[in-house]
Amino acid sequence: MRLLKLVPDNTNIGFVRLRVVAFVITALLTVAAIGAVATRGLNMGVDFVGGLMIEAKFATPPSLDAVRSNIDALGVGTSSLQQFGDPGTISIRLPVPESNDPGATNAVVNKVDASLKKQFPGVVFTRTDTVSGKVSGELIQNGVLAVVLAVLGIAVFSWLRYEWQFGVSTFVAIVHDVLMTLGFFAITQLEFDLNIVAAVLTIVGYSINDKMVIDDRIRENMRKFRQMDMKALIDLSVNETLPRTVMTSVTVFLALGALLLFGGHVLRGFAAAMLLGVVVGTYSSIYVSSSLLISLGLQPLRIAKPEAGRPEAERVGP
Amino acid sequence: MLDFPRWKIWSICLALAIGVLISIPTFIPESVAQRWGIGGLPRVNLGLDLSGGSHLMLEADTTDLAKQNLIRMEELVRTEMRRADPPIAIGDISTTGGRLSFFVRDGARVDAAVERLRTLTQPSGMTGQRDWNVQVVDSTRVVLTPTEAGLAQATDAAMQVATEVVRKRIDEMGTREPTIIRQGAERIVVQVPGLQDPAALKALLGKTAKLEFKLVDLTANPQDVAQGRAPVGSEIIPYPDNPSGVPFIAVKRRAMLTGDELINAQLSYNQQTNEPVVSITFNSEGGRKFARVTQENVNKPFAMVLDGKVLSAPNINEPILGGQAQISGRFTTDSANQLAIALRSGKLPVALKVVEERTVGPDLGADSIRAGTLASAIAAVAVVIFMFVSYGRFGFYADLAVVINVFVILGVMALLNATLTLPGIAGFVLTIGTAVDANVLINERVREEIRRGRSPTQAVEHGYKEASRTIFEANVTHAIAGIIMFILGSGQVKGFAVVLLIGIATSVFTAVVFTRMLVSQWLRRTRPASLHI
Repeated sequence: MRLLKLVPDNTNIGFVRLRVVAFVITALLTVAAIGAVATRGLNMGVDFVGGLMIEAKFATPPSLDAVRSNIDALGVGTSSLQQFGDPGTISIRLPVPESNDPGATNAVVNKVDASLKKQFPGVVFTRTDTVSGKVSGELIQNGVLAVVLAVLGIAVFSWLRYEWQFGVSTFVAIVHDVLMTLGFFAITQLEFDLNIVAAVLTIVGYSINDKMVIDDRIRENMRKFRQMDMKALIDLSVNETLPRTVMTSVTVFLALGALLLFGGHVLRGFAAAMLLGVVVGTYSSIYVSSSLLISLGLQPLRIAKPEAGRPEAERVGP
Repeated sequence: MLDFPRWKIWSICLALAIGVLISIPTFIPESVAQRWGIGGLPRVNLGLDLSGGSHLMLEADTTDLAKQNLIRMEELVRTEMRRADPPIAIGDISTTGGRLSFFVRDGARVDAAVERLRTLTQPSGMTGQRDWNVQVVDSTRVVLTPTEAGLAQATDAAMQVATEVVRKRIDEMGTREPTIIRQGAERIVVQVPGLQDPAALKALLGKTAKLEFKLVDLTANPQDVAQGRAPVGSEIIPYPDNPSGVPFIAVKRRAMLTGDELINAQLSYNQQTNEPVVSITFNSEGGRKFARVTQENVNKPFAMVLDGKVLSAPNINEPILGGQAQISGRFTTDSANQLAIALRSGKLPVALKVVEERTVGPDLGADSIRAGTLASAIAAVAVVIFMFVSYGRFGFYADLAVVINVFVILGVMALLNATLTLPGIAGFVLTIGTAVDANVLINERVREEIRRGRSPTQAVEHGYKEASRTIFEANVTHAIAGIIMFILGSGQVKGFAVVLLIGIATSVFTAVVFTRMLVSQWLRRTRPASLHI
């Protein structure tokens, strides 16, 4: 049986040569992503802005306008509707009623339920979420904190483990990944909720995983080929790890593709974010973090330099 | 390196076998497991988003708590001053601005008053700080200010009681398998699985259930009452169902009796009108008090006050001596029953607000499980085929590792009593994709080493050695992200992080150690001249 090889042996692609072009494209895309977030904003879910979210499943797909006018006639606040998953499922967003009575939200839900049932028999509420302003504020704060800490923690780890250039380039690359993901959510206006924060953190983790593998190889080759020019060395390292980069991206892609297509509508946003993250993360490993090492002035190891910091003995595997 | 002594092989296989075995009860429906007598074995719990159910987060109303704290202190101060010999006369007590201040009539006794007050304060926390600061202002006015530590302690004590009360109320409602957890300083999380009406639950938990019996102040002028002016020693409180039409009534400030002196409360029906009422039984001291008060006040109305609102204000027709009474009001059977439950389980020491509520219908939960399982299965099959066509025998070993890993993750989750949520399933699918990354790294490295002209054994040895370092580093960074998610994430995100973290730990074992064992055994057995990888 002939085995499948997605990447031929001994590729020699000049990634580093393209770095200036890549930097420009990357910078433009990043600015575009920031611009999209700034102008369009994120479609924040109730997790982050507070409010009442009802997921309603209709027997036959209704027209959004009919549902909207039905709910707006109830005087429970302005509703915002969105189709969610299959055409028969609609998410209804309403403000949380301002009342200290614990039954107030239920009263709203029941009112909407009764009114919709009259016009659309067979409608069921499969999910309701109520998040108060205070809790949503905390959730945002924790979400932002988590992403910032993850990015910083990982950058510090790779700085301690290797030269500072690795830390900086990794940091820049992950920030890029996070911004691109946010930009994607601003453009598609997919709902941004707690699950997406988990997705962003996973993208950070995945992307870093990818960069670690390449950084590790660069470090290994720096020890092996002390005379080699840095550009050639990085090209060699990226080319050497290219089969693995592609293989892993494909396996993760297969898994996430299954999740996107078959995992149900609740996880769809999550799977979409992750898929994008895999593409962006792989791109940034090759074109942002590795190439940046040269711009940051990473020097080949001097022959005279004693190997005190990272002696060969440490490379003992299990 | 490729040398695996027999004991090592056995212990690796044993560890994996145990992991897989522990995961099995999770796949057996609970009812079946019980019939087989293995219902007690650890299993993975399903999160509410998969099983369906309601999640409520209740938060203590801290302003209410601070107020309660002041009121309690006011009572203590009054008693303490009365107890002095001779009693210290105080006046102009105020609880505004979050402090308790009063005026000592006899300037010479201010020091004695302060001395007595000191015994009321307690050290709180480790800092040696007391729970109240006592100060003298303008030489005759004493001011008591709760310290931060004191307030925190009061909150903690109140929340402990509140959690117990919430638990009792939920149990009394007959709720199945509720989870009640105190979260942080001032929150309680309540989770009830399945299709159960959260509205009734919320209505029950939203009640403080502070019951008081107060005499109605008949001297109050109806016009003053309408304008909210009460005679000295009385107060005006709402009375929504007042037969006179005025929704207010003047009652004496001091309660004759409170709900603290109840030992039981039951739903029953008034024998004459057949309306639902709540029958209450006082404890012996409460019964005596009630008897005395009713004897002294025959033919006067008294008000039954619940959470600051009058339910009804019947006349005392005759002394009630048996220690039993009926609370009437405009009850339905349900609301009378709810009140009975609330009274039985005691009053909440602090008002609770619902700040977060999530309800998932069981249908959606079942859909999610089905979709999640399908996605996991398809992901696994796709990855398994892809690995096999890419690496042949080595891919097959990696596949074996991945499949075992899925079961081991479930086994570890069952052991840790972890909860599987919908994002957790996503974590699973992702783990299937990333777990083979270790094998990809190893196999690519082996390929490279072969191209460099190494013998099969050397190539495998080198491949595992070089790749292991990379795998270790990559997984450490991945784990950093996971740990941060676990610490900072709320419910759903945490569920994802748990699977991710367990997956990282187990996948290193299955993907590196286990496959190395398989490869080395194969190499020893066949001693191939070349590797097909």
